[in-house]
Amino acid sequence: MSLAKSPWIIHVNCNSCNGCDIEVVACLTPLYDAERFGVINIGTPKQADIMVVTGSVNYKNVNVLKNLYNQIPDPKVVLAVGACASTGGIFHDCYNVVGGVDQVIPVDAYVPGCCPRPEAILDGVVAALSILENKKKGNIKGKEVKLKGNEVPSNA
Amino acid sequence: MNDILTIILVLIGAPILGCLASGIDRKLTARLQGRVGPPLLQPYYDVRKLLSKDNIVVNPSQNFYVIVYLAFIILSLLMLVFKQDFLMIIFVYTVASVALVVGGMSTGSPYARIGSSREIMAILSYEPVLILYALAIYLLTGTFKLSALLDASSPLLMYTPLIFIAMIVVLNIKLKKSPFDYSTSHHGHQELIKGMTTEYGGPGFATIEIAHFYEYVFLTGLIFLFWASAPVIGVLIGIIAYLLVIVIDNITARVYWQWMLKLSWTILLVISLVNIAFLYVSGVKLI
Repeated sequence: MSLAKSPWIIHVNCNSCNGCDIEVVACLTPLYDAERFGVINIGTPKQADIMVVTGSVNYKNVNVLKNLYNQIPDPKVVLAVGACASTGGIFHDCYNVVGGVDQVIPVDAYVPGCCPRPEAILDGVVAALSILENKKKGNIKGKEVKLKGNEVPSNA
Repeated sequence: MNDILTIILVLIGAPILGCLASGIDRKLTARLQGRVGPPLLQPYYDVRKLLSKDNIVVNPSQNFYVIVYLAFIILSLLMLVFKQDFLMIIFVYTVASVALVVGGMSTGSPYARIGSSREIMAILSYEPVLILYALAIYLLTGTFKLSALLDASSPLLMYTPLIFIAMIVVLNIKLKKSPFDYSTSHHGHQELIKGMTTEYGGPGFATIEIAHFYEYVFLTGLIFLFWASAPVIGVLIGIIAYLLVIVIDNITARVYWQWMLKLSWTILLVISLVNIAFLYVSGVKLI
């Protein structure tokens, strides 16, 4: 249960419109006070457990996202927050957009909505916690994602 | 035999006390901000989680520096408990601080580098005050040995009130609390991410946290020395000083390092020197 009691998140903004970001930040404000569950928005991936990604992935930041994912120590989970992070949203057919986060790195939980309410994001974090515990129990390691320039994913 | 028992008691008891102190800090900070705040044992949960994670380091020497940091903090705490030479305690403690700085520098990450160089500035500003504190103890008891303080006729605080004020600020610098928290921005996700400790994760970071728990006890111990002849009052003063540091942490914003250097090398150093001059001129002896 040790992981579930102190989930430290790293918040990654991939090309988001800032709508989801301020909702994530709202979770950490005194009103919702995510810290009472032990959640800290930590800045460095090396100390994080949950990667909260907002916004669709584009060719400029695909390597940044992979890099950050690789630097998080196991066990780790990825939480896609918002319609853009889940599927690409209204930007899914833009020429520079790869799509949702799951096109690039494995995503464990989705929080849909444009933009999702802070309650929904906290719900997503709680859902991610049980996945985190299972990964710890099963000793499931996150696969290292290879950095590959601007290659287009097969199903994009 | 009795010494071994004391060592075991310190090794086990100090992190528990430090963990509770850290928990009280987070709870109190949350209450002052109108939040519920994490449970009291949250620092313990954090450390346990960090220990169960993968250890990712940039280079293997990082692990070594962390061990040196922990070992020297424990050593300085043990020397304090066994009432050894105060000057030596300060030197051993400085080695610990420098180990953390070198550990941060060794990673090559810009955040860790800036944090480390800022921590060097912090060491530069609090070290003279600590030395003057040791000098005051020497002038009053005729020896640097802390064991002399126990049979002093009156508490140290009676003759060193100005150094006490300076030591409160040093406590603020050393615990890395606002307004002097820039070497490791302790709330995270600020301009320096986590300062010196940015490149640490998992067990390495947990070791730093455990060392911090020891450090909390050690630094309150330095305040305790001001009233060491009556331990109850001494502990009370230590607790009050710690709570004061938390309150200062919550009512102030971060300052530039230049401000800290100016504050410590003008006001703190001057009031400490005035205190020393008074001790020298009046020739007060506690023994």
